[in-house]
Amino acid sequence: MSDTTETGPVISADGVPLKKSLRRALRRQKLRALGLIAPLLIFVLIAFVAPILDMLFRSVENQIVSNTLPATVEALQDWDENSGVAPDEPVYKALYFDMFLAAEAKRHTRLGSRLNYEKTGLSSLFRSSGRRVDDLGDDYADAFEDIDPRLTEAGFWFSLMSGEGEKNEDPVASSRRRLSGVADSWLFGEVGFAPSQEITQLLPETTRAYSEFAVFTALVDEDVVAEEDPWEAVYVALALDLANADLSSYSGPGIETLRMAQENLGNLPIVPFKDFFEDIDDDWVDPEYWQTIAVFSPSYTSGYFLNSVDLQKTADGIEVRPENQRIYMMLFQRTMFMSLMITGSCILLGYPVAWILANLPMRTANLLMILVLLPFWTSLLVRTSAWKVMLQQQGVINDTLVWLGLVDDASRLVMINNQFGTIVAMTHILLPFMILPLYSVMQTIPPSYLRAAKSLGATNWTAFWRVYFPQSVPGIGAGSILVFILSIGYYITPEIVGGTTGVFISNRIAYHISSSLNWGLAAALGTILLAVVLILYWAYDKIVGIDNVKLG
Amino acid sequence: MTINITEPKPVSFVVPVVAAAGAFLGIFVGTAHDNTLLGLLGGAVITGLLALIFLTIFRREREARWISVAGFAVIGYLLGGLPGGVIGIAAGWFFGWFIFWLGEGRYRAKLAPYYTPMQVLWHFSFRVICGMIFFFLITPIVVVMPLSFNAENFFTFTPEMLRFAPEGYSLKHYEDFFTNSDWQQALWNSLSIAPAATLLSVGFGTLAAIGLSSEHVPFRRPIMAILISPMIVPLIISAAGMYFFYSRIGLQGTYLGVVLAHAALGVPFVIITVTATLVGFDRSLTRAAANMGANPVTTFFRVQMPLILPGVISGGLFAFITSFDEVVVVLFVGSAGQKTLPWQMFIGLREQISPTILAVATILVGISILLLTTVELLRRRSERLRGMSPG
Repeated sequence: MSDTTETGPVISADGVPLKKSLRRALRRQKLRALGLIAPLLIFVLIAFVAPILDMLFRSVENQIVSNTLPATVEALQDWDENSGVAPDEPVYKALYFDMFLAAEAKRHTRLGSRLNYEKTGLSSLFRSSGRRVDDLGDDYADAFEDIDPRLTEAGFWFSLMSGEGEKNEDPVASSRRRLSGVADSWLFGEVGFAPSQEITQLLPETTRAYSEFAVFTALVDEDVVAEEDPWEAVYVALALDLANADLSSYSGPGIETLRMAQENLGNLPIVPFKDFFEDIDDDWVDPEYWQTIAVFSPSYTSGYFLNSVDLQKTADGIEVRPENQRIYMMLFQRTMFMSLMITGSCILLGYPVAWILANLPMRTANLLMILVLLPFWTSLLVRTSAWKVMLQQQGVINDTLVWLGLVDDASRLVMINNQFGTIVAMTHILLPFMILPLYSVMQTIPPSYLRAAKSLGATNWTAFWRVYFPQSVPGIGAGSILVFILSIGYYITPEIVGGTTGVFISNRIAYHISSSLNWGLAAALGTILLAVVLILYWAYDKIVGIDNVKLG
Repeated sequence: MTINITEPKPVSFVVPVVAAAGAFLGIFVGTAHDNTLLGLLGGAVITGLLALIFLTIFRREREARWISVAGFAVIGYLLGGLPGGVIGIAAGWFFGWFIFWLGEGRYRAKLAPYYTPMQVLWHFSFRVICGMIFFFLITPIVVVMPLSFNAENFFTFTPEMLRFAPEGYSLKHYEDFFTNSDWQQALWNSLSIAPAATLLSVGFGTLAAIGLSSEHVPFRRPIMAILISPMIVPLIISAAGMYFFYSRIGLQGTYLGVVLAHAALGVPFVIITVTATLVGFDRSLTRAAANMGANPVTTFFRVQMPLILPGVISGGLFAFITSFDEVVVVLFVGSAGQKTLPWQMFIGLREQISPTILAVATILVGISILLLTTVELLRRRSERLRGMSPG
């Protein structure tokens, strides 16, 4: 290698071109640095960034409809949303089997409450229907039992469906996928059942229904398929199949019983599915309810975001919500307004304090600094409870005012559970975040500038406004953005001292997570809030720089 | 440094000013006794006369001040009982001092001699305004302390407390805190979650800070942004995201889940403090150590670590207090088994109002004073070590 280097490149001691060995050293250094950073980066990515991404995903995710009612959603494709009439029989047939499975997995109420966010009434509709879907199957099962008692035996069904000859694994596999979607977690394990090819072709609906039953029995209930009586839906499926199956060429187990059942099919109480659902609840033939299901059937939806800005998605497109349901824009506006008020009062109170700290002799300033840092270090809950003690009607401030005679005992001031209480308490809590950046900026402004301005004939006010204030603006900017970012996402203090009129958007998010369980809406509201904060953070980075963040 | 002229001021200036201050105090006293005008006049006359006497007839300051204190104490006691007496002592001390401070012209002592009267007035008004803001900052925290010794289950001062009667005070809320199993469980949970979270964030954070402060780090800014993000993202959003994600992977409602969440929240504080310490770190020291044959691990523990230790400890304290104070995330990520001290306080404030919260608050204020002192001492030590002037 040294031959080629004679012409030019400088060579290091070990004979490698200097450029190359420097590059190698640099690469090693970079790798070492990255190696040191990697554990923390991975930790933060998993413990913090992934949850945030999950929340973003949840704000648009809507797989619950297509997971719980897959066949119905597919059948609904052929239905015209704007036709003004309820869908046809195939949709109701699909709905019956979907609903039956969902009710067995106890997931129909969850879907009901999800759809209830979009249209009131759907929750109770799903709940009542889930209870009733068994009834139809029970009637069929009784009728089949009258034809031949063997038709309701677990063992008979197992051998009938297993059939003879080549097995078909597809129905079980697709049932497993289907049930995993309904149960929201992947089902592992051995089912111990597979229908034969022949029976799959002969009785397609029954095979599907029985496979679903088998997968559920084996993997969710953890029972043996051959020992369990089939679900009621299997009888309904059998009745459907027998109506148009050609049994003449089949010779598998149980064929005599099947033929007998086909001959006596007239004895079955067959009703159209549409009538059955109409009988449960008239709402099932109301096209408006179907419109809602159709609109929210795609796997991803903008519905939550629309909801969080007081819009709604209907079959006719996006509309403004009715007057009495518009709360989120008002809440966002209130959050903004109150955060601005808090930021403003922090500037108002923080500026003089920062000034006096920056202009007093070091010793005194350090002493007074304790008065700023002590609240900063004190637990948030302590300060919030202190404000509750101060502001309530029997609280310290009211007591003092009454004792001084400034306020009548009967007309004590209402200072808590409203916007005033929230603004006062949060100004107190966030004030140190304004004072500290302001102080560090003001420390760098030489006091001689002010004296120079005055000696040149400026009045006190001109000297301050034209000379000092412009130099302190970066501090105001940094402090304001910090306070604004912090206050916009505050939860604890508004929750305790805010009552109903002083709460922020974050309280609504918490409400949707823990009380109304509308996680999608909570995620959408959170995403909007996050976007606002990130824009502000970007501005903060431009003004101050992330690296310049200092503590204490 | 400047020539200061302290000369006695004319009585015609001092007496009206003192009388005005007296009138201001008198308004409150008068209103409390349903006669504002009388209070105003009475205050003005009493303090004005006092000023006149002290500045013309009875010029012995020490005795004059005692007389003022005693006189106002008696007036206060007659008007408002024991609390009135205490306020009277304060008022007497103030007027005794105020009269001579004005009368002897001492208020000019520390001001530039060319200040106009308006500037002097503004100077002191400004200080009064600042004093009020400091008062606003500190009062809520101070008020909590005496209330925690309340003998009643109220959040407010009882008449017994205001009379300083011993039966108005008790330690029963502290006793409740130390014996009630809910509070003890909460304390124990806090004390087992916070150190674990701190250990995680300090361990990973210090390594990463060392990596970040080396000269060539690819993607420095995006990495920094990710590591700082737990501090920027509003807690409610972090809490929501963690709740969704941790319940997916089965960590919701577990000790481990809360520790991981808190550790993530503490990371930015460790990164910021440790990188700030590393800015002043002299790299030739590690090179010298390597030169003398120390391997990287030895160099780290024997050379680098002792020097950046103050930064690491104060970062750790920040991380600890973040976890110890945190309530939003634990409220969502934790379950009843991980109920921490702030959580218990939050429930107490929202549902059953018990002054035990104030006892806990007082203890926590004590702890934060300790922490504040520690961090301050560490900061000074670190600056001294790095050859900067102690702040």
